[in-house]
Amino acid sequence: MSVDQKVDAGRRQLLLVTSAAGGVGAVAAAVPFVASLTPSERAKAAGAPVEVDISKLQPGQMMTVEWRGKPVWIINRTKEMLDSLKKTDSEVSDPKSEKPMQPAYAQNETRSIKPEILVAVGICTHLGCSPSDKFKTGAESGVAADWPGGFLCPCHGSTFDMAGRVYKSKPAPDNLEIPPHKYLSDAKIIIGEDGKA
Amino acid sequence: MKKLLTSLLFAPLLALASGPELHLDKAPVSTEPAALQNGAKLFVNYCLNCHGASYMRYNRLQQIGLSEQMIKDNLMFTADKIGEPMRIAMQRDEAKVWFGAAPPDLTVISRSRASEFGSGADWLYTYLRGFYRDSERPTGWNNVVFENVGMPHVLYELQGEQVAKVEEKDDGHGGKTKVIHLEQGKPGTMSKEDYDKSVADLVSFLTWMGEPMAETRKSIGSIVIAFLGVLFVLSYLLKKNYWKDIH
Amino acid sequence: MTTKSQAVLDWIDARFPLTSTIKGHLTEYYAPKNFNFWYFFGSLALLVLVIQIVTGIFLVMHYKPDASLNASGVPVAFASVEYIMRDVPGGWLIRYMHSTGASAFFIVVYLHMFRGLLYGSYRKPRELIWIFGTLIFLALMAEAFMGYLLPWGQMSFWGAQVIVNLFSAIPVIGPDLSVVIRGDFVVSDATLNRFFSFHVIAVPLILIGLVAAHIVALHEVGSNNPDGVEIKKKKGADGHPLDGIPFHPYYTVKDIVGVVGFLIVFSFIVFFAPEGGGYFLEFNNFIPADPLKTPPHIAPVWYFTPFYSILRAVTYPLFGIDAKFWGVVAMGAAVVIIAFLPWLDRSPVKSIRYKGGLFKLILTVFIIAFFILGYLGVLPPTPGRTIVSQICSVIYFGFFLLMPWYSKMDKCKPEPDRVTG
Repeated sequence: MSVDQKVDAGRRQLLLVTSAAGGVGAVAAAVPFVASLTPSERAKAAGAPVEVDISKLQPGQMMTVEWRGKPVWIINRTKEMLDSLKKTDSEVSDPKSEKPMQPAYAQNETRSIKPEILVAVGICTHLGCSPSDKFKTGAESGVAADWPGGFLCPCHGSTFDMAGRVYKSKPAPDNLEIPPHKYLSDAKIIIGEDGKA
Repeated sequence: MKKLLTSLLFAPLLALASGPELHLDKAPVSTEPAALQNGAKLFVNYCLNCHGASYMRYNRLQQIGLSEQMIKDNLMFTADKIGEPMRIAMQRDEAKVWFGAAPPDLTVISRSRASEFGSGADWLYTYLRGFYRDSERPTGWNNVVFENVGMPHVLYELQGEQVAKVEEKDDGHGGKTKVIHLEQGKPGTMSKEDYDKSVADLVSFLTWMGEPMAETRKSIGSIVIAFLGVLFVLSYLLKKNYWKDIH
Repeated sequence: MTTKSQAVLDWIDARFPLTSTIKGHLTEYYAPKNFNFWYFFGSLALLVLVIQIVTGIFLVMHYKPDASLNASGVPVAFASVEYIMRDVPGGWLIRYMHSTGASAFFIVVYLHMFRGLLYGSYRKPRELIWIFGTLIFLALMAEAFMGYLLPWGQMSFWGAQVIVNLFSAIPVIGPDLSVVIRGDFVVSDATLNRFFSFHVIAVPLILIGLVAAHIVALHEVGSNNPDGVEIKKKKGADGHPLDGIPFHPYYTVKDIVGVVGFLIVFSFIVFFAPEGGGYFLEFNNFIPADPLKTPPHIAPVWYFTPFYSILRAVTYPLFGIDAKFWGVVAMGAAVVIIAFLPWLDRSPVKSIRYKGGLFKLILTVFIIAFFILGYLGVLPPTPGRTIVSQICSVIYFGFFLLMPWYSKMDKCKPEPDRVTG
């Protein structure tokens, strides 16, 4: 093929245009395959917002609902529990909830819309275990004698206060996540939807 | 010689290509939102009591121009969440006792009823307009395209009654074929034209539900083929350019 | 090339034959310069294999081989296909590509085989390529048959039921053999799961291995061409065949044209006629499998129908064994006999271009008979049709078995020394 070793400008241009078009085609062909990896309609339906009736939740009680396959805790906090948050302010690593672990409307002292009702995703921010509730104050296995009530992760011992704020020098880096939620009425919460996209 | 052999081989085939015929009316299938919405309403009210559409999610109805609220208020009787499929409450084993067979799921019914005699829509259109009174059947109904069907005529109040006139016809091979003519008996709440239009809407909806992405598919297809057409020209020019060296 | 990338290449070449492989199979693989339209189908078959593997990988992520009924009373496998068609983003397109790809595979492979018949590509020294090819065809049939069960519709179920029951026709071991194949007394969940396993792993592995062997064997002896003359016999001063051109870039750019042309047809079916008029996706397969109710008329998918017709054409018992068994034997023989072509053809020339009228006539009749067999295979049998299919089956086997005589008797033209372009 020694005849045509010199650069053929027309050929080069054509080669470039064809390759570019072919590349565009290949990328377009990849679209349905990549799309098929994203959550399906079924997964979306299963992950749809959940409506919860909280009218029977007494002060001091906690209920767990499933949203997107994760446990979501709803706790009706007593006055004592809310008071304990002031004491823990100095012991938790992010007292002002500055890290984006909650929607803006829950970035306050109680990390909630209504002060007493806490809605939090019950998944430890360390490695994904579900912490257990330790609402009783005082010494118990895993917590110190001055325990003011909160949550203890059984996996690596991370502790959280009654607003889901993580204690200092624990494995978990962040506060518990507050999911998007809103009140449909006094007795009804919808989790997964807050009307703010 | 070649031609002669060809015709000799094909001749018997032509004579053999006949079987039981099914005469279907051409369904005026529409893709208009108004027709599909009316069809959806009829489907939910008349079909969804016994038949499920278990691969069809309510929220997909948004594709035919309904809002989430409209679906929730007017169509969603069997589910609480908009993302749920159109299931039914009826127990399959009970249904089997009542109708002799469990009513089939209708999600893809329009695709499964297609045959060499017509599309699935044609079959459904003829079927839903082809019920007639038959005292020998337990339900009191029979059908021109589905003999001894287990389903009663659920659209009876709309269409009224039809009576069958059976005519025996020579099929030209010494046998007899039955031809059924239907005549209107007791009238229903709809005129014949209105009833046919309603059934057409219902069939349009069933057709849409059989493959909700059919329109998307075709519009993507046009783009893909146009693109490939351009690529074909380019690659052909490239090939010609390279091959000009080859003699 | 920059010195750095040359260094990387040298490093690899010292450990892996990269450059020499590229040279041997692409840039310095000399292919005859006179390939025509029929020579597209080999590369297209490879393309369809890739399409099937890629789409298949993605379908397996969502499909469930489970015959049990879900809460709505639909088999899980059937429902999972509809799940792919509706709920998985882009799933419908991937599924249609896979279902259309199955039919496209056979169209391309049948045309590829016909090319071999036309130009004598099976003749010495390409016998092994042809045998590998026949094995690929067999593996492809097994792959398609088992894949067809997976949607778990009525045609899936009853098609598998009928074909597996064929094995029960084998004397003595037959009935037990068919139970072993099914893993149950009827086609059931056990059958579905083992067919799934074969379809997604076992047979594709065999197919890929055979395709590799097919290509390696081809590149060892070099490609045939429409003139059927060996280009390696006339070499130039540089040691390359005078009528040969490097596969890359000449045939890569040419095959790209073929690939794009094929994709246009393929896309047309995928986007505008994915059911292929009921031949690519059969209407009855939109009804979930019902072991208690056979559809009124069942026929295999179109690509099996010629062989299915041969099976049904055998209606006479022989040696005290019933006709069903001999039907199975005939059907198996109809495929296996293809592998013997290299030794059946005694013609002095390879290509149809230089063969005489007798061979052309017989080949034409054979092709017509093959089409008629295919057509009859989709129809329910009648006495008349059975006779036609018997005549065509005789023509089918006659084409192969009488070839040693008629190919010798045929008045051939002399082959040229060089390809004619």
